[in-house]
Amino acid sequence: MSLPPPDLGAGEAAALAARTAARAADEHIAEIAYATVDSPLGRLVAVATPRGLARLAYELGNGGLDEILDDVALRLSPAIVEAPARLDPVRRELEEYFDGRRQHFGVALDWSLSRDGFRRRVLQECARIPFGATRTYKDMAIAAGSPSAFRAAGGALGANPIPIIVPCHRVLASSGGLGGYTGGLERKRLLLSIEGACLQTRVRA
Amino acid sequence: MTTAARLPPFQRFLDAHAEDVLRFLVAAVGRHDADDAFQETFLSALRSYPRLRPDSNLRAWVLTIAHRKALDVHRARGRDPVPVAEIGDHARPTPRTAAADAPEDHWERVRALPARQREVLTLRYAADLSHAEIAIALGCTEAAARRAAADGLKNLRKELTDVAATA
Repeated sequence: MSLPPPDLGAGEAAALAARTAARAADEHIAEIAYATVDSPLGRLVAVATPRGLARLAYELGNGGLDEILDDVALRLSPAIVEAPARLDPVRRELEEYFDGRRQHFGVALDWSLSRDGFRRRVLQECARIPFGATRTYKDMAIAAGSPSAFRAAGGALGANPIPIIVPCHRVLASSGGLGGYTGGLERKRLLLSIEGACLQTRVRA
Repeated sequence: MTTAARLPPFQRFLDAHAEDVLRFLVAAVGRHDADDAFQETFLSALRSYPRLRPDSNLRAWVLTIAHRKALDVHRARGRDPVPVAEIGDHARPTPRTAAADAPEDHWERVRALPARQREVLTLRYAADLSHAEIAIALGCTEAAARRAAADGLKNLRKELTDVAATA
């Protein structure tokens, strides 16, 4: 005799999986929650731990969602679930920023994806650069306590796990050129124009 | 880059096995209790997930957890109050008409079988586990799993004939 498995409704298992993931995040059974966030610069992947936002990645240019999450699983924990509600504060602040209604981010940050020491100090100094202002890689090296290490400062900023919110786009080459950017120079230019940072002034200065 | 197997992010594991686990649980405990058992299964899996060996058979692992959650449901219903030796291997007949059998009806009959037969048939036919995987999940020998499956099918067949005869 045959014993066929029961039929499921379309999307039934997926809906239940989503409810389970939300519960896992709410009850803190999953250490890490993620969500995708739409932005004028393309889709972002936001990843939070109980301490705060640990990763904000441009989906395009980082190998897509799977690679971004694989990397977090390897470096932090594989206990990762999709929980959009947990990332609502991040989504809201980004929306306000892109709408021109926010100049300063208030969400808590988790620095555990940036290597301790000089590199992390560079990023933490970078987080203090005000909206609309710019600095040079050399400024950042000095601020982090190693004036000659401006190349290493560039490396640290290039590996920024939380771009936009840790505003590495505000760091430019000493020549006045744009320097590099983790999301590509087009995005860096766009972010600077949103902030009204006057690149021309820097070039002349 | 290491080539060693790595655990996928839990969400990917959940998405990959959600349908199989739900299908198994609908068969094992019925639609009404399947939702809760599903959530309990994956939350319980998540608690031990970070310590799991990356080369584990993830599908068999999560279905084994689902099987344990199904047992909890059966115990709570008082059908299997104490896991003692089964008294007589007779299926409790489910009052049913002989109307065209939907898969749902089959599984309702399976749920009324003695515990071991019910477990083996559900793991074999609703979860598509091999007899070897079932033996691991149930902590019995592969031969015992095969025997229970054969007995279970025999009981089902007998019951279907009885129902047809009285219709």
